[in-house]
Amino acid sequence: MIDLLLYGVFPYVAIVLAVVVSIWRFSTNQFSYSSLSSQFLEGRKLFWGSVPWHIGIGLLLIGHLIGVFLPASVRAFNGAPIRLYILEGTALALGLMALVGLIVLAARRMGDSRVRSVTTTMDALVLVLLLVQVLTGVGTALFYRWGSFWFVNTATPYLWSLATLSPKWDYMVSMPITVKLHALNFFVLVAIFPFSRLVHIVSAPLSYLWRPYQLVRWNLPMSRSLD
Amino acid sequence: MDVRLQLSMVFHLDKCIGCHTCSVACKNIWTDRKGAEYMWWNNVETKPGTGYPTQWEDQQKYRGGWEVKGDSLKPRLAGRLGRLANIFFNPYLPSLDDYYEPWTYKYDDLFNAPAGDDQPTARPISMITKEPMNIEAGPNWDDDLSGSPVYARNDVNMSELTDEERESLFQLERMVFFYLPRICNHCLNPACVGVCPAGAIYKRGEDGIVLVSQEKCRGWRFCISGCPYKKVYYNWGTGKSEKCILCFPRVETGQAPACFHTCVGRIRYMGVLLYDGDRIEEVAKAPEEKLVLAQRSLILDPNDPEVVLAAKRKGIAEDLIAAAQKSPVYRFVKEWEVALPLHAEFRTLPMLFYVPPLLPVAASVESGSYDLSDGDFFGSVEKARVPVKYMACLFSAGDEEMVKGVLRKLMAVRAYKRYETVGDIDARRLSAIMQEAGCTMEVAEQIFRLTSLPRFKDRFVLPASHREQFVETVEDVSSHKGQIGVGFGFGTPAKRGL
Repeated sequence: MIDLLLYGVFPYVAIVLAVVVSIWRFSTNQFSYSSLSSQFLEGRKLFWGSVPWHIGIGLLLIGHLIGVFLPASVRAFNGAPIRLYILEGTALALGLMALVGLIVLAARRMGDSRVRSVTTTMDALVLVLLLVQVLTGVGTALFYRWGSFWFVNTATPYLWSLATLSPKWDYMVSMPITVKLHALNFFVLVAIFPFSRLVHIVSAPLSYLWRPYQLVRWNLPMSRSLD
Repeated sequence: MDVRLQLSMVFHLDKCIGCHTCSVACKNIWTDRKGAEYMWWNNVETKPGTGYPTQWEDQQKYRGGWEVKGDSLKPRLAGRLGRLANIFFNPYLPSLDDYYEPWTYKYDDLFNAPAGDDQPTARPISMITKEPMNIEAGPNWDDDLSGSPVYARNDVNMSELTDEERESLFQLERMVFFYLPRICNHCLNPACVGVCPAGAIYKRGEDGIVLVSQEKCRGWRFCISGCPYKKVYYNWGTGKSEKCILCFPRVETGQAPACFHTCVGRIRYMGVLLYDGDRIEEVAKAPEEKLVLAQRSLILDPNDPEVVLAAKRKGIAEDLIAAAQKSPVYRFVKEWEVALPLHAEFRTLPMLFYVPPLLPVAASVESGSYDLSDGDFFGSVEKARVPVKYMACLFSAGDEEMVKGVLRKLMAVRAYKRYETVGDIDARRLSAIMQEAGCTMEVAEQIFRLTSLPRFKDRFVLPASHREQFVETVEDVSSHKGQIGVGFGFGTPAKRGL
């Protein structure tokens, strides 16, 4: 019963919250749509936290997405043991990198008085949840080998069952507690996404790559000709 | 020819007394808020000095402005991909300590302290952490501290001087300083716009004011390092960039910006310039020694019938063209060529121009007596206390001849007025001075009048903003007839009682 609620119902609640509130927040309060940077107040520790954290977690997220959307390619890649070891080794290294970055960021946020003065309760909650997520992830990688091998046969079909509105939560029932916690915590993060600084993920400024450098805004249509 | 209009400024540095009234006026209106306490959209610095934020001119440190790479113009912060690679951490961002930590005092302690042997004191506390702090810097911490080893010695512009020139500035008899008031330059090729990943900063087409959309800004902070003048600021409370808005709500209602209006020395002039938008990139890429001349050539003559016709075709209203014809900025910058842009080598084409100050000439101590005379009453440009090279680093991208030309013209105006009012300069000497400066008596008289005797309406020739036309393009102006209420889509029909 509890598994049904946690892995069959809650994911939908989380996703609906994420989508609806994100859109609502963007349309009513676009001003708040960023992750209040504190680099201006403290820069040195931020460098050692932010850079490893973002690179580590970003690549791991992309790795998970590949596992979900291209499971066949992951299976094929893991066909030879050496490639599996390389993949798992890289993922573990990235996980540890993200963990170190996150610990630096957390220590900085709690320890630096300037940064503390711009910290909200939600920021602290996000940090705790992310810490749980990375710890359970690294724990899984260490104790339940080989993750990329079984992920595509358990998590991928589970997530697809959610996507096709026929949730098969029994995939999660038999999982070890670390993995269950990792999955549950993921949906908690999804649920708080629109209420927190995490929204900055969807404001990645990719359009900058092709826009012209200069921007001019006219109030009047200046093509108007007088003769 | 793509005629565009730019609200443009001239600051006459000879008239600046360094009173900071402009800064305070701006602070009171715009930046007296949480997160903005440390911001001075308008500030006044002492030169030689390191300025605010400290060493803002050092682009090795902050990577502001543009550079020519091969055939193209690129932000010094690296190209587009490089920007996104640094998105998790901007290595060139100034920190709060490069400005100063804003503080207040614990005034309550003065009233609530328990009885004791000592007078209670109000300790300074940080406006960020609310904790007690030691005040170590402020927005004008180096005020009047020319000759100091901490400030003047670290002025970036000093590096171009010879050792002899530099050391002379630290001798008691030759020590000298002047004030440099600074606001956003509302550049034609703004680097802050160019480096903004979110596309939040833009130039207003109608008057060239550069603004940050608070809605669109995502706080990536590249504009802070990208602006070579450090005139975009990060609000640590809201996580957004803010900058001088040239008081557009005042300008649109025909009032001069607050810093202009309050200027005690009346050093500030504002008017519009017409320029050729098609040539911006070409001019911004000009070789360094030609940058100032190239920028001047971009400005169009508002009395040229061809320009007027092109402007009308572009939809620029007649009264705006008339304002351009009366613009004091046009006279200083283009007609008399005595106002120069600050640090043209940053390649942003700043539209705030400075009339460089005529500083006191160097005195010499010969045979035991202190001698200022030098034969000429006003001395010569070559003997100015601040080396011309220093002025050239600030105002002409290093070209000494250009600064000398300006200073000679300003000297000529003084010589002319002395000839006229005191009469101890004979006509032949005067005409030699005039000839050397490339100035005529009529022009000297005009420069004198606009420098010394301008009225409010001469200093500020503000264009009509024609907001009414903008409104007409988006809604039917009679649609709210017969309604009461605040507008904004909530207009309600007039009704009596409840």
